[in-house]
Amino acid sequence: MLEFRNVTFQYDEDEIPMMTDLSFTVNDGEFVSVIGASGCGKSTLFRLINGLEKPQSGEIDVNGISIEKQKNYSSFMPQKDLLLPWRTIEKNVCLPMEIMKVPKDKQKEKCKEVLKQVGLLDYMNKYPKDLSGGMKQRVAFARTLMVGADMLMLDEPFSALDYLTRVDMQEWLLSQWQDSGKTIIFITHDVEEAVFLSKRIFVIQDRPFSSMESVEVPMDYPRKREDLKRPEVADLKEQLISKLRKKVEE
Amino acid sequence: MKNKINLSSLILTFILLMIWEAAALGIDAAYILPTPIQVIKKLWELRVALFTVHLPATMAVTSIGLLISIVLGVALAIVMDSFPKAEKAIYPIVIASQTIPTTAIAPLFILWFGYSIWSKVLVTILMTFFPITITVFDGFKATKREMEEMIITYGASKKDIFFTLKLPTALPNFFSAIKMSIPLSVIGAAIAEWLGAQSGLGYFSKRMMTQLDGAGVFAPIVLLSVVAMIAVAIINILENRIIQWRKEL
Repeated sequence: MLEFRNVTFQYDEDEIPMMTDLSFTVNDGEFVSVIGASGCGKSTLFRLINGLEKPQSGEIDVNGISIEKQKNYSSFMPQKDLLLPWRTIEKNVCLPMEIMKVPKDKQKEKCKEVLKQVGLLDYMNKYPKDLSGGMKQRVAFARTLMVGADMLMLDEPFSALDYLTRVDMQEWLLSQWQDSGKTIIFITHDVEEAVFLSKRIFVIQDRPFSSMESVEVPMDYPRKREDLKRPEVADLKEQLISKLRKKVEE
Repeated sequence: MKNKINLSSLILTFILLMIWEAAALGIDAAYILPTPIQVIKKLWELRVALFTVHLPATMAVTSIGLLISIVLGVALAIVMDSFPKAEKAIYPIVIASQTIPTTAIAPLFILWFGYSIWSKVLVTILMTFFPITITVFDGFKATKREMEEMIITYGASKKDIFFTLKLPTALPNFFSAIKMSIPLSVIGAAIAEWLGAQSGLGYFSKRMMTQLDGAGVFAPIVLLSVVAMIAVAIINILENRIIQWRKEL
């Protein structure tokens, strides 16, 4: 479980804080999305969770323990695939374990398992340039799994893909999530993507924000694309869009 | 890799050589401007002395100088990249060292180190270590911040960042640095030999000049540039072998 308790954070170079006194929780095994206009602090949440930034005040706990006292409790998948072009797919996927000094044979074993899971075992010895955009994102996802954390943070992972690939990847991600039982926190600015994927959606509306509105998505898993057309779901989508737009117009 | 011979540049070279030949024939004073054919003939006549004595001497200077420059330049780049304070302290000195006219300071080196190889090696180092340092340093700096942050979230130390990210990122720059410094090192060695030496292609060229042997001045120079071109070509081949991902970055 992830818990923010009264977290306040401001970048040194900014005039106003990003968030003040923010508290929220994400339960184990949940799929939660965070939406908001660009620059509202979505990515800052991730930077705080993975320790790249430290809050000025407040506590961030994972499973009841402060994140400052633990390592590899979460793993982060950035917007760009950030695969290293000089490494094979296998070596790219092994990177987190290599940094964690896991023995070589164990790295290899786990790498094969994970690549099989994302359906790219045949590409193990290829280089990133040989793969399509969707495949690269799957490799990046596999690399994220190699950290071995129960909480995955995905920062707009599909935003650079074309529409059809994106739709495929969303369905693929849902199946991955259901099989693994991991907690996923997903940042996006695409409302439809958030609605289709998540159990709950956090909406960031103000800056600085001290709370995020939490919206439940009225759909059961497994989901199908047609479900998006259901009236209550379509309504929700419209509501969310108008919430975000209101902010832009002000 | 496409290894097609650059035809247009070959044709242009040929045309320029023809013009040179015609001009030299027109002037008709081989001690001022020898024709390309005379230079080639001279090269052949002097082949024993050039290839067994003077070429090895110059090659020794350039390769020792280049080697020291590479070690020194890369080490300096690493220090500058690792410690921002060192960057602030060293960078201006490195640049200042380049404003010294090499031809002016080279006689001093000869005063200090005599006609030994080290006075010439020092000139070569002075010519080449700056481009190597700066180019490699820029290569380290080109490491993507996002990639660095990503592996920091995996728990990477400074050492991990250096070996997994910075070193591979800087590799293309490292090759560029070497390719840039090969011709420079040859120039450096030749200048130093002109000023004071007992052997070497630069020295030989100067001796021919005192004898008013135009073709004899040109022959070692031609040899020098051919050697430099071959060396650069070898590095190119190596580079293409090692770095197939250059376009990706």
